[in-house]
Amino acid sequence: MNWLAAVSIASAAIAVSFGAIGPALGEGRAVAAAMDAIARQPESANVISRTLFVGLAMIETMAIYCLVIALLLLFANPLLK
Amino acid sequence: MKSPLTSVALFHLGPVPITEAVVATWAIMSVLVCGALLASRRRRLVPSSTQAAFELIVETVDSQIRDTMRAEPGPYRAFIGTLFAFIFVANWTTLIPGVEPPTAHLETDAALALLVFLAVIWFGIRAGGVGGYLASFAVPNAIMIPLNFIESVTRTFSLLVRLFGNVMSGVFVIGIVLSLAGLLVPIPLMALDLLTGAVQAYIFSVLAMVFIAGAVSEAKPTQDPSIERTKS
Repeated sequence: MNWLAAVSIASAAIAVSFGAIGPALGEGRAVAAAMDAIARQPESANVISRTLFVGLAMIETMAIYCLVIALLLLFANPLLK
Repeated sequence: MKSPLTSVALFHLGPVPITEAVVATWAIMSVLVCGALLASRRRRLVPSSTQAAFELIVETVDSQIRDTMRAEPGPYRAFIGTLFAFIFVANWTTLIPGVEPPTAHLETDAALALLVFLAVIWFGIRAGGVGGYLASFAVPNAIMIPLNFIESVTRTFSLLVRLFGNVMSGVFVIGIVLSLAGLLVPIPLMALDLLTGAVQAYIFSVLAMVFIAGAVSEAKPTQDPSIERTKS
């Protein structure tokens, strides 16, 4: 294994681990805000949870992008061909 | 370990390689089409239980379209409903042993995202004509034209990567856990995967609705676009 492969593996791990921090914090804040809103207005729980799900998927996509980058580094790395 | 980004050809139809995802896609399509044909064959005013169940599905789709797009669901029902039904069934084919969901491959998701991209253009042109649709790129002013063009491409791309990443990561994680831990351990992960699949199908169709509603409301000549823009 040459150093390029080692760097690729390390950067894939770094991409996933650090890329998960931001979406995790963001999702926590979003869920907390939605819980707060539902506790205040239980009658609008349907609308709030629907928008919450869409928003969570949007935030989660950031982590998924990092995962896709990591998989590209591991399985489709153009430098290792 | 098999790369999740490549797909293996099952057999060749002349020069065209047929992958597993294509076979699964055609199987899902035939199941959906046959199911819809059978369900709509003997419609009555007093519905049978099957008809009532399918009417419930259609009414749910209608109410979601009404809530999200704030428009009558007539022109959008077929596209949005089919999109949701296909992605939902495709994500849940992971329940059948040996079948990988076709949405876990890049090509299927690229085709679905391309459909949404074209549908946005089509509904936009239908609402305001070609001129009205093109003028909607200059909202709120002409400086935004390149940004709006880039946005319409990147949001299609993010739609594709979102669906692909979510479904593929579920399949991938189950594969890793299965190879590390053994037979019955990935079952909770598979249950989580079903939830993710359903939510992703919902989100894909909601985002398609939001994009279409944005294009339609901006392309309409009579309305003030600055009011309509806030909801997209």
